[in-house]
Amino acid sequence: MVELKPGSKLQSTVCATEVMVVKGVGEVDLTCGGSPMAPAGTVEISGTPADGAASGTQIGKRYGTTDETIELLVIKAGEGSLAVAGETLDVAQAKSLPASD
Amino acid sequence: MNLMMLLEMAANGLEDRVAVGTRAEGLTYRQLFDHSRQAAVRYRTGNVDAAVICDESSPAVPVALFGAAWAGIPYVPLNYRLPADDLLALAHRVGSAIAVADETNQHRLNALDGFEAFTAADFTSETHLLNEPDLPEWPTDPEQVAVLLFTSGTTGSPKSAVLRHKHLVSYILGSVEFMGAADDEATLVSVPPYHVAGVAAMLSSVYAGRRIVQLPRFDADTWIDTVEQEGITHAMVVPTMLTRIVDALDARGGEPMLGLRALSYGGGKMPRPVIERALELFPITNFVNAYGLTETSSTIALLGPDDHRIAQYSDDPLEQQRLSSVGRPLPGLEVAVRDDHGNDLGPGQVGEIFVRGEQVAGEYQEQGSLLDADGWFPTRDGGFVDEAGYLFIQGRNDDVIIRGGENMSPGEIEDVVLTHPGIRDAAAIGVPCREWGEKVVLVLVAGPQRPESDEISELIRSRLRSSRVPSHIEFCEELPYNETGKLLRRVLRERYAALGDTPTE
Repeated sequence: MVELKPGSKLQSTVCATEVMVVKGVGEVDLTCGGSPMAPAGTVEISGTPADGAASGTQIGKRYGTTDETIELLVIKAGEGSLAVAGETLDVAQAKSLPASD
Repeated sequence: MNLMMLLEMAANGLEDRVAVGTRAEGLTYRQLFDHSRQAAVRYRTGNVDAAVICDESSPAVPVALFGAAWAGIPYVPLNYRLPADDLLALAHRVGSAIAVADETNQHRLNALDGFEAFTAADFTSETHLLNEPDLPEWPTDPEQVAVLLFTSGTTGSPKSAVLRHKHLVSYILGSVEFMGAADDEATLVSVPPYHVAGVAAMLSSVYAGRRIVQLPRFDADTWIDTVEQEGITHAMVVPTMLTRIVDALDARGGEPMLGLRALSYGGGKMPRPVIERALELFPITNFVNAYGLTETSSTIALLGPDDHRIAQYSDDPLEQQRLSSVGRPLPGLEVAVRDDHGNDLGPGQVGEIFVRGEQVAGEYQEQGSLLDADGWFPTRDGGFVDEAGYLFIQGRNDDVIIRGGENMSPGEIEDVVLTHPGIRDAAAIGVPCREWGEKVVLVLVAGPQRPESDEISELIRSRLRSSRVPSHIEFCEELPYNETGKLLRRVLRERYAALGDTPTE
């Protein structure tokens, strides 16, 4: 379990992935590469992502739960995949807005 | 949540791509990151309240913006054209600051207690880089103030709008795709640093990975030449700039420009003849009309490229009319139109526009938050939403003309007049008079074929209620705008005040 707060940064413990919490509060069973995530900068990365939890994260993409209560922005990419309570998170639909400024 | 996170991502993802400047000599994302770090050291060492810019556009602008975010102090761009007294009054409200200023303003600001002003070149020069290995991480509190922007004060003394990191980061994440720009893209920024679009342009370009080219003093011919020489693919202009660009292209023989992929405009009402001519002169460019306010972290609604071309080629009056709209709200943003009693209005009904969303700040230092209990911000702009959800703006509520107890917005009259091919620009104002309280005076800028006043009156009579027909029609060379393209109605009301006692034509 890890504490979520909008604006806070979390790191994977088994790959380079770092995320910023866009949406979501409280204690959540959030994993990356099959291992619980931790507040950024608190844990040395060791080991490798578990099998079946290694499809990778992409920088700049947003990942969310289907009920839209949790949304994470990947600020550093890695090899693990993100999951909440065992459910793998998908990339939120990319927006295709024209540049306005 | 901090603006620095956006730059850090770009620096990690794009390293050696040029972020700002010419392709040959500009600063890369990594260099911009390093310079911002140095600026943060400078701000923290100086222990100042704010990071001030009082200068035209230069690479020091994004450096100060991100450096301030890193140091956890507000970035405060000031209008460098202000008279000394006005500037010093604003600077006093800021507190202590490290400033980037042109030579004139450097002298003025250095005379103040707590101010230390640098030229842009000194601020970013390598020889001034400071070594400070122990600079702390940037603060992540989303409530931290990121930017203070003084409103232009067209209706009174300037207020400072507060934009927090959460507002600007939400705006960027909600509207820009990370690294969405191809590596040959470049955007030409002509708005000054103290305009909200100038702030937004830095942030969205960095996050998209689009090279920023700055045009410090707008001039239509320089703009056209820069677009061609610098391989510009994107640009944002205010209406007065587009008017001048269109004129300059026509003066050069009306050859179409093909290199520009996207042209966005906003910040005021665009005359129909100008946008129609622009669509011809930029035949394959994607046009975007953006509507936004300082208090909403820039754009909240936009009319996209397809709607522009449909309007250009359609015979359907409804689709043509869309060229006068600002399009639809951004995803995640809600727009409501309400009457004076706060009741929601339906399609086509004119009222005050309210907005709600994560990017909406709606806060001033002087007055605090203007959001209501449910998070809605009153824009003070009047307008309506049509059946298809397109938003039409009809001017500031402060500009409403009240004639004989009847409220009318200048925009509805101006929209009709600007459909006349002989009219280039128009402003309807209320001038105090004994009989009606206010009467309508219409100030026009005519093209080469100047129409008769009667013809204009007839046009208005045929489309609107007779109370909208102006008491006086005046022609002039040019309407007064401030440098960011806001029409100065106050100046017109003063100029034509004497007509209040003149018998109606």
